[in-house]
Formats: sequence, C-alpha cells, structure tokens
Amino acid sequence: MFKILLAEFLAPGIKRFEIEAPRIARKQKPGQFVILRLYEQGERIPVTIEHSDPERGTIRIVVQSIGKTTNLLNSLNAGDSILDVVGPLGKPSHIENFGTVVVMGGGVGTAMAYPTAVAFKQAGNRVISIVGARNKELVILEKELRAVSDSLMLTTDDGSYADKGFVTDKLRQLIENGVRIDLVLAIGPIPMMRAVAEMTRKERIHTVVSLNPIMIDGTGMCGGCRVLIDGKSEFACVDGPEFDAHKVDFAVLVQRNSMYRAAEQKSMEAFQRDTASQIEAVRAENKGACSAQGDRR
Amino acid sequence: MSEPTKQTTKQPPLNPLSLKERMKLPRQHMLEQPPLVRATNFTEVNLGYSEQLARQEALRCLECAKPVCVVDCPVGVKVKEFVQLIVAGDYLAAAAKIREDNVLPAITGRVCPQEDHCEGGCLMGKKVQPLGIGYLERFVADYEQRHLDTGNLPKATPTGKKVAIVGSGPSGLTAAGDLIQKGHQVHVFEALHEIGGVLVYGIPEFRLPKQIIRQQVDYMRAMGVVFETDVVVGRTVTIDELMEGEGYDAVFIGTGAGLPQFMGIPGEHLNGVYSANEFLTRINLMHAYEFPKYDEPMVDFRGKNVAVIGGGNTALDAIRSALRLGAGKAFILYRRSEAEMPARIEEVKHAQQEGIEFQVLAAPIEFLDDGKGWLAGARCQKMALGEPDASGRRRPIPIEGSEYEIPLAVAVIAIGTSANPIVQSTTPGLETNKRNYINADPLTQRTSRKGVFAGGDIVTGSATVILAMGAGRRAAKSIHEFLTTPGPW
Repeated sequence: MFKILLAEFLAPGIKRFEIEAPRIARKQKPGQFVILRLYEQGERIPVTIEHSDPERGTIRIVVQSIGKTTNLLNSLNAGDSILDVVGPLGKPSHIENFGTVVVMGGGVGTAMAYPTAVAFKQAGNRVISIVGARNKELVILEKELRAVSDSLMLTTDDGSYADKGFVTDKLRQLIENGVRIDLVLAIGPIPMMRAVAEMTRKERIHTVVSLNPIMIDGTGMCGGCRVLIDGKSEFACVDGPEFDAHKVDFAVLVQRNSMYRAAEQKSMEAFQRDTASQIEAVRAENKGACSAQGDRR
Repeated sequence: MSEPTKQTTKQPPLNPLSLKERMKLPRQHMLEQPPLVRATNFTEVNLGYSEQLARQEALRCLECAKPVCVVDCPVGVKVKEFVQLIVAGDYLAAAAKIREDNVLPAITGRVCPQEDHCEGGCLMGKKVQPLGIGYLERFVADYEQRHLDTGNLPKATPTGKKVAIVGSGPSGLTAAGDLIQKGHQVHVFEALHEIGGVLVYGIPEFRLPKQIIRQQVDYMRAMGVVFETDVVVGRTVTIDELMEGEGYDAVFIGTGAGLPQFMGIPGEHLNGVYSANEFLTRINLMHAYEFPKYDEPMVDFRGKNVAVIGGGNTALDAIRSALRLGAGKAFILYRRSEAEMPARIEEVKHAQQEGIEFQVLAAPIEFLDDGKGWLAGARCQKMALGEPDASGRRRPIPIEGSEYEIPLAVAVIAIGTSANPIVQSTTPGLETNKRNYINADPLTQRTSRKGVFAGGDIVTGSATVILAMGAGRRAAKSIHEFLTTPGPW
C-alpha cells in the first residue's frame, strides 16, 4: 500500500501526487517510470515519475485523466492510498555532455521530460526547452523547466498563451537559425513525437523519444509493450522506454495502443454513470486492505 | 507384503489386501466437471477425491521395499509413507509427511507431470495403471487446508541469519519454506502484486485455483516467511544492496524464465497476436475473464477462431482459456506430432474432451493483416518429421508447397521463453551462459557470486513447477550449509 501525501492539479485533468515509496525514491533515475494498480480489481498502468526525493522517501507522479483508471486516480487526494506502485522501471535516460540538447515536452509528456532535462543541465549541456500544450491552462511545469533551461520556448495550439503553433514550429526555427543541435529529446503525444522525428531525420540530428505502449508487468515478462524498432520487436518496459526516434515505427505504436479501445470506452462509460460511489469504493477498499496486509510495504 | 513402517502418530492398520488383490483394484477416477460444462467456466476441472475414494486408491499401493516413486520425485516426497498414513486414515499426518519434502503439496498435486516422475516410476504401471499419487497428494493437501490450525506451527530456533529470496514462484517458495524450517529469517521479494510467480500469472484458475496458492502462501506466512510484493530486484533494489545495505547473508535467485519468445515471422505486431505470457497474465493475474468487474480488458473473440502455437502445458492452458472466453473454434497449431507434445497427458486429454482441435505437423509462417492492423489469419506450412534433434524429439521439416491459410481473430504464441535479463544485468560478477541463463552448480545451486544461489528456470530454461521446486530444495540445503558451516566458496 502506497500512501498519497500530497495531491494537486497542475492543469485541468492533470494531477501531481507525492507518494510514499522509499525504495523507488532511492533508485529512480531520469527516464524511468512506475507501474501502478489502484485497487484490487484495477488494471496496471505505466505512469510518469516527475521527481523523487530519496531522503524523504517520496516520489512525485503526474497523471492525465484519460480513461477509467486515470480518472479514478485523479479523484484521490492526500491521505488516500494506491494499492501497488512498482518501479523504477525501464532503462534510465542516457545522460552525458552532448553539447546542446533540445528538450521537447508535449502536454503531460513535459512531466516525463523534466527530470531528464535537469540531468542534461547537470551534465553540462546547454538545454533548450520547447514546451507545447493545447491551450494556456494545459501548460505544465513551465517554471520548473525554465529554471533548468538556458532558454525555453512555449507554444499553444490555439494561441491562448505564448506563440500559437506546435513545438515543431519552434524546432524548425532553431534549425533554420543555424543553431547547432547535438540531441533532441521529444516526449509527448505520438503525432508530436512522429513529427519531431520526421523533421530531425532530414537534418540528421540524433533524436530520442519515450514511448508509451500498453503495459502489464513492466519487467519484460509479458511482451505486451512490444514496439517495432528498426523492423524488430523490442519491449518498451525493459529495452526502453526511450528509443532512437528515427527507428521507431509510430504507425504500429498507434495501432497497438488502440487494441482495447472498445473495452476502455465501456469501462469509462460505466465509471461516468456512477463516479462518486466507485471512488468511495476504492477508498474504502484500500483503507481495509491497509490494515489487513501485514507484510506489504 | 508390506514391511512394517515406523509411525510417529498412531499405528496404522496394515493394508488388509494381498498384492494380487491390490493389482486387481482399478485406479480410482477423480471426479471432474463434465467437459461441455467446464468449457464455459473457469472453475477447477478436477473436483478431488472423497475420503472413500482416497482410501480405495491408497489401498492399491504395493508398498515396495525400494519405492521408485520416491527416487523419481525431484523433491523426494516419501510417497509410500504418506500413502500408508492415508490407509490409516490419518490425513493430517500424511500431509505433514509430504511437507517434510514438499512445502506446496496442494499445488504439485494439481500441476505436476506425475507421469514423468512418481507415477512414471510406479511398479504397478508396468502391468496396470500406476497408483494415483498426484490425486492422493492433492487429497491430503486439501484436507490439511480444511482442517489444520496454522496458528500453532512449531518454530525452529532462530539462527540469526537472513536470507533474501528473489521471486515467489515454485523454486523461491520451496527454498523459503525449507529455510524457515531451519530457523533462518526469510524474506521473499516479488515483482508482481501477487505471490506465486508463474503459479498465479501462468497457470489458469481451472487448473490451479488462486485460493489454493493463497492458502499455501498463508501457511508459509504462518511459518514466519515475510513476503514483499512490488519489488523488481535489479530495479527497485539490487542484489548488492540487499547483501550490503539490508544485511542479507545469502540470496536465492529464482526469477524464472520470464521473457517470451516470438517467432520472428511477419505480422507478429498485429493487434490480436499475443505471447502466451501476456494472454495468460491478462486472464489469470489480471482477471480479464471477469471484465468489466475487473478493469483489465481482453480482445473480444467470442465466436471467432483462436489458435495457440505450441505444444506444451502453457499452450494448452492458453487455448483452454480461449475456449472458456467463448472462442468459436479453438485449436492448437503444433509443428511436431502429438507424440512429441511436452504437455501433461491429463491436460491433453482434458483439452480434447473439451473440444480443442489439434492441428499437428503445422506451423504459421506469416500472420495476415486485415488492412486495419488487426489479425485476419495465418499462412501455415505443413511439416514432416525427420531425425531426432538435440531435444531427442523428431525434428520438424517444412514440406515445400504445402502452404495454406486459416482465418484467425487471435493467435497466441506459446513456443517458450528465454532468460529475463534484469537481475543478471544489475549484478556485477554474476556469471551467465551464452543464452544469459545464470550459471549455477547443479547440486549446490551456487553461482559465481559468494552467498548468491540460483535455481529454477533462470538456470535451466523453461521447465516444470516440480523441477524448479527441486532446485529450490537443493538451494535451501546448500544455503543452510553455507550459513552454518564456514568454508571456501
């Protein structure tokens, strides 16, 4: 059982939680993630680690409400618990002094990119961050990212904040202005990562993306998260989640992520019909389980 | 005739039957759900022996002076002695007798390939059907679960030594059970949210109910074993951190061979193509068969064709699960013939009764796309059998020009697993072989790292529950020696 110490919305539908998870906090490195299961009947989903504090024994995760599980999770608050949190999973980001690194975050992907941006900066890189969101309200971690970036650019799809456009517009500007870019890290919605990959492929700029396929165990055991990299199957949970963007088959990723759409919609509709009681059920169940299990930490 | 045996609890009446009479008694069938009923539910197929049936079966035992069944058991269960205790009607003593060698009797009684071990060695089997040792084991284990008070288990004198067990599958649980009885502190780390490893994610409810595993694990808790879930050793904590930071004196690695193999044929990334591990994990561990009560979904293939590629127990577990989830036609595609199938005889029989079709001497060479990224079918190739290969089974040889297509909604690949690399890649100095399995001494289970032992599938590659338990048992003995008798590594 993992206790939620703090919970706050960073934007509408995007919530940040601080969770007591001392083992994970001690080991987490940028680029890694956790898998959580909310309650006994719950599914296992991969979730972004935005920050960890080894001394306090806590991690911070950022979650966007999309389906039933994320909506349920984002209904929880400080004092509530999550049944299972396991990690840190995946290979850490490869950090070294590359020179100039462009860190691109799209939507909630910004939270995943942030710890790696911090590490890039600490390794001596010049960090240029580009953050994009649909609108002003959905821009997250601007202040945090600005603090570790040599420069930061912002776009919103509708122009309600900063420049109207996409993160790729800013990347194109950098390229056209002749800025020497040694590495691009792009984390966000699949269309965004694909667009970045296409742009940098032509320019031969090494580009890394963090993939988000459907996962179950997160240890390489099930193979459900397999992605096509350079025509070969790799497992995002153990071989990734970061891959060379120019080798990723994004079409297969989109296709595989749609595999359970019908069931996901069914779950979501049932949840929406009866939201309050389901949230209460999760709270009550986890409270009961908390006192029942002696040996689970 | 039966030789006198030592009894600690009470004197059993001698088996009143002559050897001839025993040979004449038919093997007692275990009651099971009718095939067409069970093919639609996930409730256990086998229903167990009644006391009367168990006694009838136990009376068949010839009580050999040198019982081959015991020798052939990877953990050395004292078959003759526990069967005699059943004849005597002392089922708890029979269970305790099994537990001296096997801490998971309710599990092995259900999933062991007895024909390859105890029952395969049974002398009766030369003339008539062998003694139903698995059924009897299951009977006493279930009886024990209903009747034994675990609040009062004897505790060994503490040695002050701490052992970490990595992985809570059959080898880890066995090692844990043996080590706690020696007085060591035992802490089991499990990556998933449930204890049991392959027993919970791999073996379906209709063959091994979760409740049975929980009871066996609860028994171990009562003995003092501590379990910690949600810990991926190698990621959450490393072996070195366990030994240096957390003070463990020895570590046993029993992480299993959990990395699914794919076939490397076109179309494997299509929606609807699964590894057996994923298919079974969704159904077993995540309860996808109870969707929407449970949140984990499964592709809806009701009324449609499902094929499982492979011929082992995992393949049969997968295809029988598919049938229960409503597959219109459920079949096995196996590249050799039925004689080479590694699955348990009982599972093959059960599957056939349920209506599973076996297409043998055939293998897919391509998965076909419906144009929208979903599986539409498979192009298969027929096989002929050639000379035996390294496994001793006859090698399948593709027949040119024999290709044919079959429509499929779901294909499950159950052709085996390889070594999961997480522990190896995070434990410096831990030697592995070419295929990345951990090198361990076959007798002592010692690895190249002092104080670190390994056993089960992560050493041998995919095998059976009981062989992993045998390794756990040898490791426990060897760990105990290491902790109590100093000597060179």
